[in-house]
Amino acid sequence: MTAPNAERRFEGRSAAPGFALGPAVHLGVGPVETAGEAASPEEERERFDAALAASAEQLNILADAADVLGAEILEFQLALIEDDELLDPVREAIAGGRAAATSWRARLDEEIADYRSAEDDYMATRASDLSDLRDRVLANMNGGFTAADLPDGAVIVADDLTPSTFLSLDWQRLSGAVLFGGSSTSHASILARSRGVPMVVDLGAAEIGEGDLLAVDAAAGSVIAEPGSDTLAAFTAQREADERLNKRAAELLKAPARTGDGVPIKVLVNVNEISEIDDLSPEICDGIGLTRTEFLFSGGAPEEARQYEVYRRLLAWAEGRPVTIRTLDAGGDKPLAGITVDGESNPFLGVRGVRLSLKRREIFITQLRALARAASLGPLKVMVPMVSVPEEMVAVRQLLRQAVAALHAEGVTAREPALGMMVEVPAAALMADRFAADFYSIGSNDLIQYTMAVARDVAGLGHLTAGDNPAVMELIRRTVAAGRARGVEVSLCGDMASRPEYAAPLLAAGLTTFSVAPAAVGRIKLAISEARALGAEARAG
Amino acid sequence: MSEAWQTESAVIQDATGLHARPAVKLTKLAKRFEARVEIRPESAETWINAKSPSAVMKLKAPHLARLEIRASGGDAPAAVAALRDLINRDFNDSAER
Repeated sequence: MTAPNAERRFEGRSAAPGFALGPAVHLGVGPVETAGEAASPEEERERFDAALAASAEQLNILADAADVLGAEILEFQLALIEDDELLDPVREAIAGGRAAATSWRARLDEEIADYRSAEDDYMATRASDLSDLRDRVLANMNGGFTAADLPDGAVIVADDLTPSTFLSLDWQRLSGAVLFGGSSTSHASILARSRGVPMVVDLGAAEIGEGDLLAVDAAAGSVIAEPGSDTLAAFTAQREADERLNKRAAELLKAPARTGDGVPIKVLVNVNEISEIDDLSPEICDGIGLTRTEFLFSGGAPEEARQYEVYRRLLAWAEGRPVTIRTLDAGGDKPLAGITVDGESNPFLGVRGVRLSLKRREIFITQLRALARAASLGPLKVMVPMVSVPEEMVAVRQLLRQAVAALHAEGVTAREPALGMMVEVPAAALMADRFAADFYSIGSNDLIQYTMAVARDVAGLGHLTAGDNPAVMELIRRTVAAGRARGVEVSLCGDMASRPEYAAPLLAAGLTTFSVAPAAVGRIKLAISEARALGAEARAG
Repeated sequence: MSEAWQTESAVIQDATGLHARPAVKLTKLAKRFEARVEIRPESAETWINAKSPSAVMKLKAPHLARLEIRASGGDAPAAVAALRDLINRDFNDSAER
């Protein structure tokens, strides 16, 4: 038997879970180039107006079909192509004899450069909307978009996807997307998660030919090109089993979680970015177990008022459920310009998390003030990352109390929130009962990396990073026991909590609170319902 | 057209400032009026066209910034009142239509 193409496996990162199987279709990179002489100004003007009209029509159709997030992006683009201040210079250039495409591109490039130079994260994101619009109008001048011609069940292959390209593709017919670049926090990834489109990003230099059959397990970030018949049979069986589980999980989504032996379990959600709650119902969870606040700092340290507003929105969304907010966890794999220390030889063992906060006090105190103000509005909890020794919690609590006292002295309403800690350094897990924390939240990703001495992204060492490694499980058990002994809550907010296969061992370790990715809630509730809790005698202990 | 300007001002409530969604709402509302409608951040020198989303976006008016609004032409009083109210209710749709 001769196989034209051998089976090849690639690993990327999961942007949105699910299984996809279909032929690879590469989306063209970049806009169609616009060569050639300008026709008469009248013809060029006609061409320009027609391209604008066609773009407006496409964007309107897309906006009608889009959800809140997608519609916002599209309506901004729609408003821009009706904006005479944007269009008049193009019309003038065309009247002066330049080609429509060149004039349009020059005008938009100027705007894009303007947005980018703002050094503002929000404006930079908008700049990608502008280049998206630029390319759509250019494509329409060159005979239009061809997204409709894609074969049924195709897997889209591209360097990256812009939001409007994502929205212009018919995902009812397509099975998923794999991107060589991209990031799991991009607009397109957020859209993919909210639409349930399986997507893998950051594949690197994977060799995928046009029309290659792709088998994608997007939750695992794995892509198999030209799978052999055995691989294909295993993949198909896995996908069918997954579909059955998803159906059952959907039924449990809004019900309180319970183990097979009837013990109630709390399932909280992790929030990476404020926009993630827009399309999420609070009814699927018992609150927020981890809000990462790094997104607030991407454009430099944010003002107290801006932070307060974001924390207030989270509490309003949660409708009385507890909201846990983690203080800035910069450093390590999350450098922030102007805030973190540059040039550390090993950033993961350097000035990160609470270590950085205690050094950059002015930034930390601003965050504590915003948190204490928001705490007067509802059940807000503050969580401190990367704690290694009890003295760090003592120092943070002192700063928090000073912030509350200062706010009261200024006549500002504030309250001291519950103050807990992440348990992600083995030293903290071993001695957890010595820390004055109002709750513990186990950060399994870092706990595994620091326990096993394996960085998160090292290829070929996967066998050392499994969450159920006995040493890691022992540290989790110790933390749970410390929480019981001190009468405070212990949750787990790392990736382990979002993986159904770990639900049973974590319950057996005594864990009763899981904080998971929103998309994983149903499957985790299902896994919990099929597992047993730790024996009642141990629980009482 | 007379150069008699009607003026008003209002403070941006949204935590992220005058970003895309409110900018689009503001320009759409301004376009409903015949009058020439302009805005500027308090203390800025130049006025910009409130009917142009690209111009409004580039103001980058932050949270708690005070915006000045002015209009001239037939329905100018209604235009400045409508824009002021839109900003004051934090760009919520409730009172529209």
